[in-house]
Amino acid sequence: MIEGLLHDQAGLLNFVIFFVLGAVLLLVILGFVTYAILAERKVMGFMQMRYGPNQVGGPWGLLQTVADVLKLLLKEDTIPKLADKPLFILAPVIAFAPSFMVIATIPFTDKLQFADIGVGLLYYIAVSGLTTIGVVMAGWSSNNKFALLGGMRAAAQMISYEIPLVMSVLGVVLLTGSLNLNEIVSAQENVWYILLQPIGFIVFFIASVAELNRIPFDLPEAENELIAGYFVEYSGFRWAFFMLSEYVYMFAMASLTTVLFLGGWLPLFSFLDFIPGAVWFALKFSLVIFILLWFRSTFPRIKADQLMEFGWKVLLPVALANIFLTAIIKSLF
Amino acid sequence: MLRTEEMLLNVGPQHPSTHGVFRLILKIDGETIKEAKPVIGYLHRGTEKLAENLQYTQIIPYTDRMDYVSAMTNNYVICHAVETMMGIEVPERAEFLRVMAMELGRVSSHLLWWGTFVLDLGATSPLLYAFREREMILNLLNELSGARLTFNYMRVGGVKWDAPEGWVDKVREFIPHMREQIKGYHDLVTGNEIFLNRVKGIGKYTKEDALNYSLSGPNLRCTGVKWDLRKNEPYSIYDRFNFDVPVREEGDVLSRYHVRFAEIEEALKILEQCVEQFPEEGPILAKVPKIIKAPKGEAFVRIESPRGEIGCYIASDGKKEPYRLKFRRPSFYNLQILPKLLEGESISNLIAILGAVDIILGEVDG
Repeated sequence: MIEGLLHDQAGLLNFVIFFVLGAVLLLVILGFVTYAILAERKVMGFMQMRYGPNQVGGPWGLLQTVADVLKLLLKEDTIPKLADKPLFILAPVIAFAPSFMVIATIPFTDKLQFADIGVGLLYYIAVSGLTTIGVVMAGWSSNNKFALLGGMRAAAQMISYEIPLVMSVLGVVLLTGSLNLNEIVSAQENVWYILLQPIGFIVFFIASVAELNRIPFDLPEAENELIAGYFVEYSGFRWAFFMLSEYVYMFAMASLTTVLFLGGWLPLFSFLDFIPGAVWFALKFSLVIFILLWFRSTFPRIKADQLMEFGWKVLLPVALANIFLTAIIKSLF
Repeated sequence: MLRTEEMLLNVGPQHPSTHGVFRLILKIDGETIKEAKPVIGYLHRGTEKLAENLQYTQIIPYTDRMDYVSAMTNNYVICHAVETMMGIEVPERAEFLRVMAMELGRVSSHLLWWGTFVLDLGATSPLLYAFREREMILNLLNELSGARLTFNYMRVGGVKWDAPEGWVDKVREFIPHMREQIKGYHDLVTGNEIFLNRVKGIGKYTKEDALNYSLSGPNLRCTGVKWDLRKNEPYSIYDRFNFDVPVREEGDVLSRYHVRFAEIEEALKILEQCVEQFPEEGPILAKVPKIIKAPKGEAFVRIESPRGEIGCYIASDGKKEPYRLKFRRPSFYNLQILPKLLEGESISNLIAILGAVDIILGEVDG
């Protein structure tokens, strides 16, 4: 349907349809973020022998995040006196917008995808890199030393981990012969890429945790060192935008992991294909999210210099070797 | 040409990893620390000056608030100083209760240190596991003294309350439980590669440095100096128990970590022997005059607190208040080496080094 609309003549009706679709997607993602935060707090609570939220919205705290968001909306919006005001205001928007843009290319099922771009994977990686600009902007414009340190860390981390991330998926691209995410999923009909590309998967997963700025790689916002890092001066809804972009990226990255390595909407075994693809996708996706939450409550934080060393001296060579190996094996068989 | 400049960074007094109101003024170049200047005194309450207008028994609650993580040792050191001056013989049962209370306090203090130290490194869960066991200890001490943190338990000549019925058995049950949990702690944190990378070879100093800076406790023993007042200058009834003084040679953050864990094990050993030898009957308070007056003169005693040597100096002119009271507070002395250790380190290492010193700001500021 979307393909048809794209090729239609531009008109008010088309615009309205796209607008509504975009708004629906946004709401779905906001819904996800709401419950991802709740899930994170609950899972961490169980792992730490606590209850987690259990007051607002019944024993499962189902409305806790809603209440938190309302609180954030009502909070006073402070801008430091000596901050670079335009940049300070723009930074959360620049950090958030790409996180939402990348979702467009992700195929949730064979039918549900918003933009079936030929170079979907490239688009994802290119656009997601933009967020760092927002983060560095926030760090710089806050006129706060902790924020500045956080912003610098974010820039360094992004450069060192974006490259292994790209290199690690090249193996998948080589095997499929396409950058289109739909085709990548279809190529996993018989066997998932996690089995064909185990090294690539490990490198990709580590690099993606670093991209997400989550423990053990949450250096830009290292609470115990830099207080909150780049968003230390932000409050209220501007702050919420940074958190939002973080969780939307978690959503996007878990989806991408599912698509690239876990066979997207394809069932585990072919006789199980009576279960709809969306359910399979959700299951695999939840697994990836759970592992991310598990990391968060288990690992300590890595050090900045070790992070760089690990990215350049370990992940990158391993990813390159993986491409090399994949190419040889592919040309042999 | 790019213009670079050094940045002045204020860490604290409100910062999540300074364990209270400690402030560090850092001169940094990028993330490398060029110079660190500690500023203390935000929690100064003038305990020593206040004590000059208080009777000896009234001073005891003030000592609770110095090292508030291990208040039992502070209680003991003031009582011990007054007892030494007056030559009071403390009943056996009271000594056992004191030692048990102090060793339980040592375990809980090290547990709190472990939880917060690992939290500083970014792992959130261990803190809650540490607090689970610490809670059991606090409950035990609560049953003994009626308070969970500021116990005010000991008196000149003994202790205030006897152990309630079944308390000793509860301690007996606690010991194997604690040993089991320590294994879990090691599984979760000690072997973790990221953790080891953060702490191995960081914040190193030599035996000579440690002695010159007058460090004590685990901060001294991590450099290979086998010095523990419980062994070297036995006070109370410590000479009756069989235990080791854990020592490491490396002098880095990891060795301090190991020393503290080994000390928990040794404290459990002492507790085990206490429980076995605990006298069934006997008084808990020696016969002391209604109004305690230390004779004219002076005395200095020192004991081993979880953080190092805590000392108490009393100068008395024979009145019911001391003429001058002075505490040697180990955290304060241990903190002195910090500027030297921090030079050339990064901000992430700062957190690890500061955490491993194990400061309690109430004690640093007095």
